[in-house]
Amino acid sequence: MPLETAPAPTPATVTRTEVRERAARNRRLRVLGARAGVLVAFLGLWEICARQKIIDPFNFSQPSRIWDQIWQWTTHGTAQGSLGEQIGYTLYEALTGWVLGVVGGVLLGIALGRIRFLADVFGPYIKVLNAIPRIVLAPIFLIWFGLGPASKVASAVVLVFFPVFFNAFQGAREVDRNLVANARILGAGNRKVTLQVVIPAATSWIFTSLHVSFGFALIGAIVGEYIGATKGLGLMVAAAQGTFNAAGVYAAMTILAVVALLTEGLLTFAEKRLFRWKPADSGDGR
Amino acid sequence: MNLPGAAPAIELTGATKRFRTPSGTLHTAVRDLDLTVAPSEFVAVVGPTGCGKSTTLTLVSGLEEPTEGEVRVYGEHVAGINPNVGFVFQQDAVFPWRTVLSNVTAGPRFRGVPAAEAREKARDWLARVGLAAFEDRYPHQLSGGMRKRVALAQTFVNDPRILLMDEPFSALDVQTRALMSDQLLDLWAGTGSSVVFVTHDLDEAIALADRVVVMTAGPATVKEIFTVDLPRPRTVEAVRLEPRFVELYREIWASLGEEVRITRERGAGHAA
Repeated sequence: MPLETAPAPTPATVTRTEVRERAARNRRLRVLGARAGVLVAFLGLWEICARQKIIDPFNFSQPSRIWDQIWQWTTHGTAQGSLGEQIGYTLYEALTGWVLGVVGGVLLGIALGRIRFLADVFGPYIKVLNAIPRIVLAPIFLIWFGLGPASKVASAVVLVFFPVFFNAFQGAREVDRNLVANARILGAGNRKVTLQVVIPAATSWIFTSLHVSFGFALIGAIVGEYIGATKGLGLMVAAAQGTFNAAGVYAAMTILAVVALLTEGLLTFAEKRLFRWKPADSGDGR
Repeated sequence: MNLPGAAPAIELTGATKRFRTPSGTLHTAVRDLDLTVAPSEFVAVVGPTGCGKSTTLTLVSGLEEPTEGEVRVYGEHVAGINPNVGFVFQQDAVFPWRTVLSNVTAGPRFRGVPAAEAREKARDWLARVGLAAFEDRYPHQLSGGMRKRVALAQTFVNDPRILLMDEPFSALDVQTRALMSDQLLDLWAGTGSSVVFVTHDLDEAIALADRVVVMTAGPATVKEIFTVDLPRPRTVEAVRLEPRFVELYREIWASLGEEVRITRERGAGHAA
């Protein structure tokens, strides 16, 4: 008899888990559905308003025209060359600027975070530089470095450097003092404390800034190209604007957004690999 | 090891430590402290909360320098971190980004031991603390008691001649704490190292130590020293039931309780 009664609760619990799983799946589907709905409604409303002349399609364009523009660029290339080349150019500038800015920011941030003297000497200067609206430096860089990629890389670097620097500095400053004391007792010298305790402890701070700063690098590259360039997505925006081609501006923006989202995805993937030592839920909290 | 005339393991003479508080005033944590610990002796230090017990340990370890007075380890003046010293911290101090094995190899690797040899030593100590099966885990995947055992292995793998422990088990639950105390006694028994064990738990102090040092309310200095004449090997749960244990407890508490009261009254005075 006990053998017969014992398994009875099991199906009940299984179904309860199943019910809960199904509810969770339904919720996910509802969220995805609603998301898609919002997009369709927005684009649809835009398209209808433009066709009914409620908004002026010449100024505001319309989704179908933007799509045509993207399609045309993809198949026939742009006035400056193939679309892939333009994207490649902008990405190259943004990535170079980003890498340089990140390396500089991390190195200086950690150095100033670890060496009190340097922090005291350079602190005020860095604050002053940070207070300058750095995007206005783009025209100066254009004068200094010319129409080529160098001027765009420079504007990306100045935009990227500061957020990365401040996060690395803060990260190096806020390392758990117990960890440092423990490492020193275990036999680590100053260099090993920096490399094996401070830098790993600061990586989560640094990574938060990497996400933001890649966006900044793209802004730097685009604005640089917009002001003056021979190639790139920013130049396409400028060219489209010059010919009153609103669809062209939107199309370039759309392409940019896709590029930015893809790189962001890659960064998140790298972060997940790097932070396997962290409890899984702490990452979602942010 | 206990040669006649040999230097004591730890010798503090007239040690005083003052800190500047954020508000700018000077705070004396330790005042005119004299304490001697013999080689392979287990000394427990008890005192009211916040009286400066931990500061005493940082002075011996070389993490902090005394403002006045002298600290010697095996007859040598302490200047900077002493490689013979191991330190188990109150809070978690294992490196969260390193696996269990890598945490234990950290000490030998910092000291320039080749990787293969360090791993071998580390595995040996992990087996002794019963964590051999967990060497690939990260600290966040372990329980508090297991993390403490990682910390013990991490410390013991360096073969410290002096072991400083700052309320190491205070964050653990009562049962785990008793288990950890027994494990500590086991690990220590083979090493011949001297231990200074800071705690606020008098039970723990008597069960573990050869001598119990009672500190005064802060600024800390030695008030009285009691010899614990309970036979070894001990197990924490069994030794607690012995009549001599209870006697010692009563004796030491008479001394410690007074200091606790003073600290509490001061706290009330500050609050008012």
